[in-house]
Amino acid sequence: MSILVNKDSKVIFQGFTGQHASFHAEEAMGMGTNVVGGVTPGKGGMTHLGLPVFDTVKTAVQQTGADVSVVFVPPPFAADAILEAIDAGIKVIVCITDGVPVQDMVRVKRYLTGHDAIIVGPNTAGVITPRECKAGIMPSHIYQPGKVGVVSRSGTLNYEAVEQMNELGLGQSTSISIGGDPVNGCDFLTILKKFSDDDDTEVVLMIGEIGGNQEVEAARWAREHMRKPLVAFIAGVTAPPGRTMGHAGAIVSGESDTAQAKMAALGELGVHVVRSAAEIGKTLREVLRG
Amino acid sequence: MNIHEYQTKRIFSRYKIPVPAGHVAHSDAQAVAVAESLGGERWIVKAQVHAGGRGKCGGVKLCNSLAEVKEFADKLIGSDLVTPQTGPGGKRVRRVLVEDAQDIKQELYLGCLIDRVTQRITVIASAVGGMDIEEVAASTPEKIIKESVDPAVGLQDFQCRKIAAGIGLTGKQIINAATLMKRLYRAFRDTDALMAEINPLSLLADDSLMALDGKMNFDGNALFRRADITDLRDFDEEDSKELDASQHDLNYIALDGDVGCIVNGAGLAMATMDAISFYGGKPANFLDVGGGASPDKIANAFRIVLTDSNVKAVLLNIFAGINRCDWIAQGVVQTLREQSVDVPVVVRLAGTNVEKGWEILFSSGLEFIHADKLDDASRKAVEAARGSA
Repeated sequence: MSILVNKDSKVIFQGFTGQHASFHAEEAMGMGTNVVGGVTPGKGGMTHLGLPVFDTVKTAVQQTGADVSVVFVPPPFAADAILEAIDAGIKVIVCITDGVPVQDMVRVKRYLTGHDAIIVGPNTAGVITPRECKAGIMPSHIYQPGKVGVVSRSGTLNYEAVEQMNELGLGQSTSISIGGDPVNGCDFLTILKKFSDDDDTEVVLMIGEIGGNQEVEAARWAREHMRKPLVAFIAGVTAPPGRTMGHAGAIVSGESDTAQAKMAALGELGVHVVRSAAEIGKTLREVLRG
Repeated sequence: MNIHEYQTKRIFSRYKIPVPAGHVAHSDAQAVAVAESLGGERWIVKAQVHAGGRGKCGGVKLCNSLAEVKEFADKLIGSDLVTPQTGPGGKRVRRVLVEDAQDIKQELYLGCLIDRVTQRITVIASAVGGMDIEEVAASTPEKIIKESVDPAVGLQDFQCRKIAAGIGLTGKQIINAATLMKRLYRAFRDTDALMAEINPLSLLADDSLMALDGKMNFDGNALFRRADITDLRDFDEEDSKELDASQHDLNYIALDGDVGCIVNGAGLAMATMDAISFYGGKPANFLDVGGGASPDKIANAFRIVLTDSNVKAVLLNIFAGINRCDWIAQGVVQTLREQSVDVPVVVRLAGTNVEKGWEILFSSGLEFIHADKLDDASRKAVEAARGSA
């Protein structure tokens, strides 16, 4: 098992015929992902990468049975693309696009209420279940099947952790980057709940950063409900307050959202806190050995 | 994106939020002319810089004569104002706002922001105005009223009345406050703001309300559809190196250490800075080269990092997913050949095309310190900075 995506997932790409979407669709197929087509409004009926192109997500779902969508639509139109996917009944929507206006995401989150879909991103590297399905832009060759559920904000820090795990022979059940935006499709808690229910996941690695309170909120839930160890790293110990560190959401705006405060709070909640990003792999191995 | 107080007040005026009569002035003579045209006998002169805390640090003054207006404006314009938010160097004052002084009954607080917890727009109000709202939140949280806005229907009248009553307003004051709140919400929503703050919001003798101060900042990701807001950007208020970096699509923030950092991805960039600190060093900067970094982009990243004379070593840490290590390596070779780099450079490459990247670097014959892993790379960078100090 795994979470969100697996070998049975039927994946479409929105903004399919664009340069980046084309490249990553081919990469995903190369890993064995079941890509069934794509959507580019105005280009319906075409064939691209040997797959059908549709004008709307609704037709794509009707004709292919797609249940996962990877959104590569430019920022001004990304929110509309996500809404279209929700409306068409797509279950997992991965929005790679970086630079989506925050107020657009506020409206998307409202629309999501009452719909049975999960949005990953925007501004994300995506989701991967190794050797089964890649709905994202990560270098798939570093991901190996295994027992660690990985959830991070950052894409590159996720790769860093995974490479350290590789060296120690530790693989991933599923790995997800939720993205660096302040209003994002799904939070750490949503993903933790899924890992908690997943039989293949024995330990969860959460890689957070400064800003907001999602990591602590997720850990609080985990202490009460999750019967698996939680390992966490928080980036940004050296970040100056009041400055946005690349990710729109990575900004220290009070005393409670510094890396130090988050690590202290996580420690009190029984989380295995990693002090340096270079020690993520090592800590996971120690926790797995018990 | 931040703007000045006088620009915020122009936006407020457009949304019929009352502000004091006033005008911006670029010289002491202009300041006097503004005061004369306003009439009256008392004026407030306020330094216009992108930083809070001006009042406590000599950036704002109540003037009782035109001579006083002239003297204060002359003193401010061209000086560097230091507040807790400017850093020790302060910020150059290039203009002042001259306004009618007001008689006020009470100072309140009103703000709109994107609340990360509810993931919605939230209106915040407090009976305690004129103070830093975070201090109020920390010391007397019960004095803060919050109301979350459902984006499907927007801010409702009843919510505004609830907020107004919650901060102790009564009778006609409640109706006046509710009207103003809806206008602030509209200004916030229509401009893709991330924060809009009126602090203080003043209750006047006739129970009307007026924004004595105003602060807004805007979502950089939404500027493509807000040309009028984009025009308000003041490049003089921005750090020249950060501006240079942003023009090359690099995200750079200067810090006060001696290990320069060039990294891809914001999360890894922060973690790299943290690792340097973990091994006893101090990062000189945050720099995210982003995805799809070309050799030129890498060369520009080096150039910007090396303009900081405190930098004693540079750590390039790339974990390529969407990037390509061979391109990055070409950028390093280009830099070391064309720029006079007189500090040690530690290179760590991983991910897409890593073998090709190393091959380019090793066959170049150029001098650099090789590292395969994050801990190794950070440790070597800290040692190199110490060695060349």
